[in-house]
Amino acid sequence: MILSRRSMLGGMLAVGPASALDPRFTYHIAPVLVADGIWMIAGADEPILPGNGGAIANIAIVATPAGTVLVDCGPSLRYARALKAVAEGLTGKPVVRVFITHLHPDHGMGITAFDPAIVAALPGTISEMARDGRGFSDAMYRILGDWMRGTDLALPAISIASDHEAFGGRSLRLLALSGHSAADLALLDERTGLLIGGDLLFHHRAPSTPTADLAQWRKSLTALESLPHKGALPGHGPFDPSGTEAVAQTRDWIDWLETTLIDAVRSGLDMVEAGEIAIPERFSAMAAARYELQRSVSHLYPALENRLLPRVDKQAD
Amino acid sequence: MKRRILVALLPLLASGAVVARAPYPQDPLHSPMWTAHAAAIFGDDPVRFDPRITLKYPAIAENQRSFPVVLDARGVAGVRRMVIFADLNPIPVAIDYRPSDSAAYIATRIKLDQRTPVRGAVQLADGQWLVSGGWIDAAGGGCSAPPLSRVRGDWAEHLGELRGEAWATGEAGTSRLRLMVRHPMDTGLVGNIPTYNIETVTITSATGAVLGELEMSAANSEDPALTVMPHAAPGETLTIAARDTNGRIYPASVVVPGMRAP
Ligand SMILES: [Zn+2]
Repeated sequence: MILSRRSMLGGMLAVGPASALDPRFTYHIAPVLVADGIWMIAGADEPILPGNGGAIANIAIVATPAGTVLVDCGPSLRYARALKAVAEGLTGKPVVRVFITHLHPDHGMGITAFDPAIVAALPGTISEMARDGRGFSDAMYRILGDWMRGTDLALPAISIASDHEAFGGRSLRLLALSGHSAADLALLDERTGLLIGGDLLFHHRAPSTPTADLAQWRKSLTALESLPHKGALPGHGPFDPSGTEAVAQTRDWIDWLETTLIDAVRSGLDMVEAGEIAIPERFSAMAAARYELQRSVSHLYPALENRLLPRVDKQAD
Repeated sequence: MKRRILVALLPLLASGAVVARAPYPQDPLHSPMWTAHAAAIFGDDPVRFDPRITLKYPAIAENQRSFPVVLDARGVAGVRRMVIFADLNPIPVAIDYRPSDSAAYIATRIKLDQRTPVRGAVQLADGQWLVSGGWIDAAGGGCSAPPLSRVRGDWAEHLGELRGEAWATGEAGTSRLRLMVRHPMDTGLVGNIPTYNIETVTITSATGAVLGELEMSAANSEDPALTVMPHAAPGETLTIAARDTNGRIYPASVVVPGMRAP
């Protein structure tokens, strides 16, 4: 448990004089050491809500000889500023790189706190952020209000084209995958073998599917399984020291989800009924299971019906 | 008597000159529009809130353009009409269904323009209306955002394609029919795109008897998807005709599958 006085101080320095007076919009950033020189900040296992300021995604801080590396940076300018101060307080080095794992706003809207020249993402992520950023921004402001103050749209300036990046001797493998979205970045710290999975990995928390391609997601999980690694830092849910549990849980859920929704379409259920299907006992410890099932029905059901139900129209005689 | 609700409601509300002709029960949802909608839809008929009819929907409105609702009144006998409406939508009434020879069950997907009560109302043979529903938290933009196919520009390629299937249910003589029609369902509230939607769907038996008649507005989502439960035995053919506001008819037929050979 690392919540040093330095990080506390950093967190306090991060907020501006006006907002420092308003404790309602202060993020509590508590990094926990998960491997040599790598900390995880756990997001709330909740939907994006005013009560959590949108801080629901896990964030990684990696200390390197060349400076501090962040993987994802949270939902807002306020969050990312506080994160930057905490991270730099922890490592004693400035942030030199921010990796954004994928387009979703709980992971990347905070990049507005950084010089875009140090922010890197997969090319597919950058084009998706350019396409959907305005819509995400509107939605986040609507839900979170003042938490989002000052959060402008920004795009990463570095389009990742290499399969690794070295930071003064600490090298990170960069894995260009997809399935949770059209472009999902996972990172492997070669020194410790720690895998940072982004939202390809959910742990004790039901996966969310607003932009998912389940077949691609499965392929990406297979790639992560066959990649030698130690612990896994998932996009949502607690750290997985085994490195295999989060992968297995994510696969189990998306397999169950797809099979279940296909069965539901084939047996004639409508979307309300499909959202009320019993969730198997083995997922009972998974946070947000019913919530994500109902969201997934909304995301996936119309296309499944379009694929599985036959054409019945005929020419008028 | 065709299209009485869908057409009648708008001018009435726009004029603001709504006078309740019957003392309606107090609205448990405290909607600002309750009395106005009650006057337009129920008129002088008796109305009460009744737990035997259920309006089911998901806990969250993940997609305001397409929010699934089910109105299930199979718990009461003698249902003549089933209406689904959202108090604060610019087009309040989505569905007005007559399950002439069908179980009292209808599922659809509707647009939500803002946080609103969504209600199901069923009228019984004696004229009284039973109502239920709840508040839905919607972020906004369902009715005033263009449909996805308009954004993609491919709506004309698939216009009027119907997909569907029927299933024999556990109850003897009752089938379940799922039906999807590709249609933009334009509300007339976006840009210069005029209202353009499926307005009726009729389901008839092989002998031509009407099993169910449905009127629907552009408050239903793009590519409407319906579930109804016509009284039809395994092996029977259900004939479907959807008509849109341009008068175009989209015909289809679905066979209720027979029992599998042992
Ligand atoms: Zn995500």
